[in-house]
Amino acid sequence: MANEITHGDAGVPRRDFLLLAAGALGAVGVVSTIWPFIDSLEPAADTIAAGAPIDVDLAPVKPGQQITVVWRGRPIFILRRTPDELKELQSPSDTTLLRDPNSEVDQQPEYAQNWHRSINPEFLVVVGICTHLGCIPMFEPRGSALMDASWPGGYFCPCHGSKYDLSARVFAGVPAPYNLPVPPYNFTAKDRITIGENPKGSDWDFSSVEQI
Amino acid sequence: MAPPGPGAANGRITRWIDYRLPFVKVMHHELYEYPTPRNLSYWWNFGSLAGAMLVIMIVTGIFLAMYYTPNADLAFDSVERIMRDVNYGWLLRYIHMNGASMFFIVVYIHIFRGLYYGSYKYPRELLWMLGVVILLLMMATAFMGYVLPWGQMSYWGATVITNLFSAIPGVGHDIVTLLWGGYVVGNPTLNRFFSLHYLLPFVIVAVVGLHLIALHTHGSNNPLGIDHKGPGDTIPFHPYYTVKDSFGLAVFLLIYAVIVFYAPNFLGDPQNYIPANPLQTPPDIVPEWYFLPFYAILRSVPNKLFGVILLFSAIGVLFILPWLDTSPVRSAKFRPVYKKIFWLLVIDVLALGWVGAHPPEGIVVTVGRIATFYYFLHFLVLFPLIGKLERPRPLPLSIGAAVLGGGSVPVAERG
Ligand code: HEM
Ligand code: FES
Repeated sequence: MANEITHGDAGVPRRDFLLLAAGALGAVGVVSTIWPFIDSLEPAADTIAAGAPIDVDLAPVKPGQQITVVWRGRPIFILRRTPDELKELQSPSDTTLLRDPNSEVDQQPEYAQNWHRSINPEFLVVVGICTHLGCIPMFEPRGSALMDASWPGGYFCPCHGSKYDLSARVFAGVPAPYNLPVPPYNFTAKDRITIGENPKGSDWDFSSVEQI
Repeated sequence: MAPPGPGAANGRITRWIDYRLPFVKVMHHELYEYPTPRNLSYWWNFGSLAGAMLVIMIVTGIFLAMYYTPNADLAFDSVERIMRDVNYGWLLRYIHMNGASMFFIVVYIHIFRGLYYGSYKYPRELLWMLGVVILLLMMATAFMGYVLPWGQMSYWGATVITNLFSAIPGVGHDIVTLLWGGYVVGNPTLNRFFSLHYLLPFVIVAVVGLHLIALHTHGSNNPLGIDHKGPGDTIPFHPYYTVKDSFGLAVFLLIYAVIVFYAPNFLGDPQNYIPANPLQTPPDIVPEWYFLPFYAILRSVPNKLFGVILLFSAIGVLFILPWLDTSPVRSAKFRPVYKKIFWLLVIDVLALGWVGAHPPEGIVVTVGRIATFYYFLHFLVLFPLIGKLERPRPLPLSIGAAVLGGGSVPVAERG
């Protein structure tokens, strides 16, 4: 009798244990089987390799001119700003129109967190993808026929009408929530940059930006 | 019970099969003798029309896939080759391309039919919710299909819509990368969209199966919205509704054929005949017409996350509709107030469609905001409220009595 009871008592926890152990192991098995499927959807090795840093020669870019290069399949805008335009960027008539004039949201490396959002004030380097839903904004300098007379110059997104200034800072009251992101880049000579590489001493991670 | 009517499983072979797999018996039960309310109007044709569209899409799609190449460098040209060189390729593509539009027209009418006659109410809640699942799957399928020709609208539509997910706090960006398989919409995206575009229609077939099982559990609703209670209220599905559905299908195919042969690009966007260019956004990105009302809701708020939440809520609210409506009466025929606001909703959705098709400036924005507000007001406030406050008109005693005008039934004000 006594023997039977202890046997029964020991049996129940033993079953619970077996059930739990089998269940836990099963769960681990299921998750580790699903994982390769999910991970296969991530960018493949050659896709990532094609995203290596690129070199751009800035010498041919004239003041007031904007060029577009491609890095990781994304358009990168490079704008050479004139002294007048740089002055405008600091004037309150410009900055009061903006949502994040001081670049507080993480949309740039620490070395571009300043009023000109760049390393060298003259050259703006940003990812040309609207932070609303990913269209490509158009460069519209002051006096562009498309914009009204008060337009200070900057970028206009044709999709849902978002506006950015000449530092690619977003205007308040438009659908796009953030400034255009600044990619990691680095001056390798006076007028040469490498896009995709931080300057020495910085280990900023591009994927840490709030929004591309 | 009496032996089944002509055509039932009486032959030796059918008996042999039915003993092992009751195929003939079930078909006979569900498509032949299946008791159907005797008063169904033409609004009840749209379910079978949707089924026909699903078959047409799958058949034309499978033949297109024999020539289509899911590669970012080749896709556009392969579709042009289908249009120019493949025998009747133009016909297959135009049937498929306009089929998506016809499918949505049919399904939207089908949904509004359900709204008008209260078909989502007890005991058809699950039937209705499965319908909403089908709508979501159709949207995903059509969206991914539209990406395949890899034209400008394909590319930029894909960019804008996949970016919606980046609004999700925290994981948004990772989800978008999983959708793209790269840094931007590109070849990996096209490949996985093709794979899913092939798969999802068959998932739809499965959900349609469940939808039909749920339907046949309690039978069709009807214009009076009252339960059928006996043989006097119903007629067998065949030949009465097989004939009515066939006639409707013939008329529908006639209209469909006119579009395919005489205006095949009327519903499309000419931008999509320009190959995708990742470095140039077209001046005006507009989704296909069937997404316009939802697109308008998305754009009506200047906050991205909130816009996306509203967009998904616009469909989410349909899921809980059976519990938002507090009226015990199904058909709008007997609900004087609900009948009026039903048409307000129709106008509201059409207005949203108009807003979605125009650049968001000036009056378009205002109309968009009002219409979006009304959309949610309609379901979340008016539905529960009117059900409680409205005094429904007296219901007829039975379908048979109402249809045959039997005596003192209080349905004199019919029509
Ligand atoms: C629920 C059913 C379906 C819907 C709503 C749908 C929708 C669409 C749409 C809107 C397009 C773009 C048409 C264009 O502008 O060219 C498309 C293209 C395509 N679909 Fe489907 N589709 C469905 C089922 C299928 C199935 C089952 C297949 C089989 C593989 C398929 C294969 C294709 C192919 C190969 C293309 C690219 C060729 C083209 O653009 O015409 N579709 N689909
Ligand atoms: S994508 Fe630029 S405003 Fe919407």
